[in-house]
Amino acid sequence: MSKDWPLWEVFVRSRGGLSHRHVGSVHAPDAEIAVRHARDTYTRRMEGISLWVVPSAAIVASDPADDAAMFDPAADKVYRHPTFYNIPDHIKHI
Amino acid sequence: MYTTELQKTKAVDAIEDPEKLAAFEARVAADDFIEPKDWMPEAYRRTLTRQISQHAHSEIVGMLPEGNWIGRAPSLRRKAILLAKVQDEAGHGLYLYSAAETLGTSRGQMIEALHSGKAKYSTIFNYPTVTWADIGAIGWLVDGAAIMNQVPLQRTSYGPYARAMVRVCKEESFHQRQGYEIMMHLCQGTSEQKRMAQDALNRWWWPSLMMFGPPDENSPNTAQSLRWRIKRETNDELRQKFVDITVPQAEAIGLSVPDPALHWNESKGGYDFGEIDWEEFYAVVRGEGPVAKERMKARRDAWEKNAWVREAADAYAAKKAQKKQAA
Repeated sequence: MSKDWPLWEVFVRSRGGLSHRHVGSVHAPDAEIAVRHARDTYTRRMEGISLWVVPSAAIVASDPADDAAMFDPAADKVYRHPTFYNIPDHIKHI
Repeated sequence: MYTTELQKTKAVDAIEDPEKLAAFEARVAADDFIEPKDWMPEAYRRTLTRQISQHAHSEIVGMLPEGNWIGRAPSLRRKAILLAKVQDEAGHGLYLYSAAETLGTSRGQMIEALHSGKAKYSTIFNYPTVTWADIGAIGWLVDGAAIMNQVPLQRTSYGPYARAMVRVCKEESFHQRQGYEIMMHLCQGTSEQKRMAQDALNRWWWPSLMMFGPPDENSPNTAQSLRWRIKRETNDELRQKFVDITVPQAEAIGLSVPDPALHWNESKGGYDFGEIDWEEFYAVVRGEGPVAKERMKARRDAWEKNAWVREAADAYAAKKAQKKQAA
């Protein structure tokens, strides 16, 4: 069986003013062909004006098994949110 | 396009950590999404890999019956539309292969399984497209049945599969409408053209109903798949819905559904319809469809005869990488 081409993650900017967003992946032997495949696979209906492709192997991800330790500390820091502070109603523009 | 579960692997009960299993079941029951790196039971992974890859194979093999008419489309407009539709099917296959790969099976393994005959694909594509009206019937009925199945799968529990389904559903509606438009135009044409449309409906109606898979009493994995949210409605429920919306569409253009037992049942608010020939269905699943061998030969030929393109791209990438290293 022949070996698969490397995997690339595809990001599309749908229009100016918005960030690139992950849409999926393609296999390609190099970056140039990855961009062409991404165009044919993910932008057949004017879904974007700009494409990024990134080798999937280059992405470092957090481990879902550690998500509690990783993301929970924020839950007990409610003072990071504006609604934590009681300001009387007659004070305006704050 | 779509496929139903056609291949049953023997259930092997893997020994799973009961605590993890309970947490997983609770998440799925709460309509939470499971993502590739999350823990999942082996049976869930296996069932999903089979379901998604069969679905991908169906998209790819589904290009063949329609590709057969690209060079013979009756007008430039129809040719451009058909070309775009077949290209969409390739795209759908790619979204789905990507989703299946996140479960740990490589693209190469899946394609190998298809070409060796180990993997199944939707039985519908083993029927021939003998007239132009068949292209209309496929869009209207086959893509119509696919939409019926895929819309609920947009809420399936496996994130990558659900996201692929969202993209597929967006594109599928054009497929169905262009097919119905072909039928509509044929029905407004000469009596010969209308006969051609009726003949296509006669041949595609029953295979389309079979696309929803075996009846619920013969679909032993349905309960587990429903619980895991990798199936959201049963085969018979979806089939009934399809009949109920499609019969009036046929009547609207003066076509009659080839089922003498078909009649409106006021008390259930749906149509009663005749018995499906399940012998035929299982024969086609076993690979005895009218053009099953031709389909697989076309796939293998495409793969083998174009190997040089893949090899050339590899060689070019290697050469460029070497140059970059030298510089």
